[in-house]
Amino acid sequence: MFAQRLASPSMFRTLPAFLMMAIVLPLLAGCGYNTIPTAEENAKAAWSEVLNQYQRRADLIPNLVETVKGYASHEKDTLDAVVEARAKATQITVTPETLKDPEALKKFQDAQAGLTSALSRLIAVSEAYPDLKANQNFLALQAQLEGTENRIAVARRDYIQAVRDYNLTLKTFPSVLWATFWFRSSEPFANFTVDEDKMQPPKVDFGTKQGG
Amino acid sequence: MPRNASLTFLAAILSFLFLPLALAADLPALTGRVVDNAGIIDAATKAALTQKLAEFETKGSDQIVVATIPSLDGEEIEPYANRLFRFWKLGQAKENNGVLLLVAPNDRKMRIEVGYGLEGTLTDLHTKLIIENDMVPAFRAGDFSGGIEKAVYDMIMVLEGNPEELEARGERNQQAPFNSDDLFFAVFIGIWAIIFFGSIAVSVLPPIFGQKLGPGRYRWLGMTFEPSRRSSGGGWSSGSSGGGWSSGGGGGGFSGGGGSSGGGGSSGSW
Repeated sequence: MFAQRLASPSMFRTLPAFLMMAIVLPLLAGCGYNTIPTAEENAKAAWSEVLNQYQRRADLIPNLVETVKGYASHEKDTLDAVVEARAKATQITVTPETLKDPEALKKFQDAQAGLTSALSRLIAVSEAYPDLKANQNFLALQAQLEGTENRIAVARRDYIQAVRDYNLTLKTFPSVLWATFWFRSSEPFANFTVDEDKMQPPKVDFGTKQGG
Repeated sequence: MPRNASLTFLAAILSFLFLPLALAADLPALTGRVVDNAGIIDAATKAALTQKLAEFETKGSDQIVVATIPSLDGEEIEPYANRLFRFWKLGQAKENNGVLLLVAPNDRKMRIEVGYGLEGTLTDLHTKLIIENDMVPAFRAGDFSGGIEKAVYDMIMVLEGNPEELEARGERNQQAPFNSDDLFFAVFIGIWAIIFFGSIAVSVLPPIFGQKLGPGRYRWLGMTFEPSRRSSGGGWSSGSSGGGWSSGGGGGGFSGGGGSSGGGGSSGSW
C-alpha cells in the first residue's frame, strides 16, 4: 500500500529487470566468470615480459661481441658460437597464441639455453684478458648482461607462476564449470621445464654433523 | 580428549588459513628503512641512514631500504632479494621506485635490487660500480657501516642526478600529509548522507519492517515512527563523536608503497 504511494506503475515494471541485473551481474562475476580470462591474460602478459627480456639480451650481444673482438680476436670459435646461437635464438619466437604448444616452447627454450651457454663461455674466456676486463665498455656490457640474465630469471619465475594459476583455473572446481561450458577454446599453456640441476636445492654442509 | 582434539582441529584450520603468512615468515619484517637483522650496522650510522632515507623519500617518493640478513640459507641472493623486495612492496605502487640494498655477511654477498621504475636512472652499471667501488673495499676492511653508508649516499646521488625526473615523481606522489580540507569535505558528505538517506529510511523502512500501530504510525526497533508527520521521537543529538583522528605527523611506521621489481640491479661478493 505504501508502495503504491511511492512508485508509479511504470517504475514497477522496470524494477524487476533492474533487480535482476543488480543480482545476476555480481553473481556472474562472483561465480568466477572472470577467473579464466583474467588468468589467461595474466599468463600472456607474463610471457610478453619473458620475450621482452630475452630480446633485451639478444640486443646486447652484437655490442658485446664487437667489444670482445677488439681485445680477443683469436677467440674466434667462441665468438662465432655466440653469434650463431643468437641468430638461432632470435629466429624462434613464441607468440601468446602458440603458448598452448609445448613443442614450440621447448624449441624456444632450447635455443635460448644454447645462447646462455655460449654467452657464459664467452664471459669465461674473457677472464683471461686483463685489458678487456678493464675496458669500461666491457664492464658496462657485462653488468647489463648480468642484470638481463637476472631479469630473465625473474620473468620466467613470474610466467611459471602465472601459467600455474591459469592452468589451475581450467582444472579446479568452480572455474572448471566455466571452462567446460563457456571457455571451450581455453587450453592449458605450456610451462617451462626447470632444468634438472636447478631442481636440486643447493646443499649446505658446514661439517657440523661429524663433530656432533 | 575431545576438547583437545577440537583444539587441535581449530589450530589446524587456523594454520591453514594463515598458510600464506606462514610461508612468508622466513622473510624478515620491514621494521624500518634500515633492517639490520645481521647486526652489522652501528647505531649512529643506522640513525643517520634512516633520517637521510626518510628525507630522500619526501623529496621524490623513492623508497630506499637497507637490509642485512645473517644468512641466505643456501638460496642465491638474486631470487631472495627479489622475493624480499616484492614482499615489502618497496616504492610507490604506480612508480615502482624502490631500491633494496641487501647484505648477507655470512655468505659474503650483497645485492642492490632496483624497482622497475628506477631501472632507467639507477642502471645496472651504476649499481655494479657502487657495489664494486664503495662496498667491496670497505667490507673487505670489515667496515660494514661505512660501506653501506657510502653506497646509500651514492645511490641517492645517482637518483638526484636526474633532478627533473625526481621532482616529477615526487609531485605525482604527493604524500598529502592528511589534508584537513578533505576531512571537512568527508564530514560534510557524511552528515548530508545521514540526513538524506536517514529521512528516506525513516519514512520507508518502518512501514515495511515495523508493526502497524495505527494509521501512519509504526513501531520498529522499539521506536514509534510517524512518517507522515514530522518525526517526533528519536531526534539525533550531534554528540561530537570523540573518536577524533590522529594527525599522521608521527611518521613512526614505515611501509612499502606497493611497488615491485623485475630483477633490476646487480649483485656482488667480497
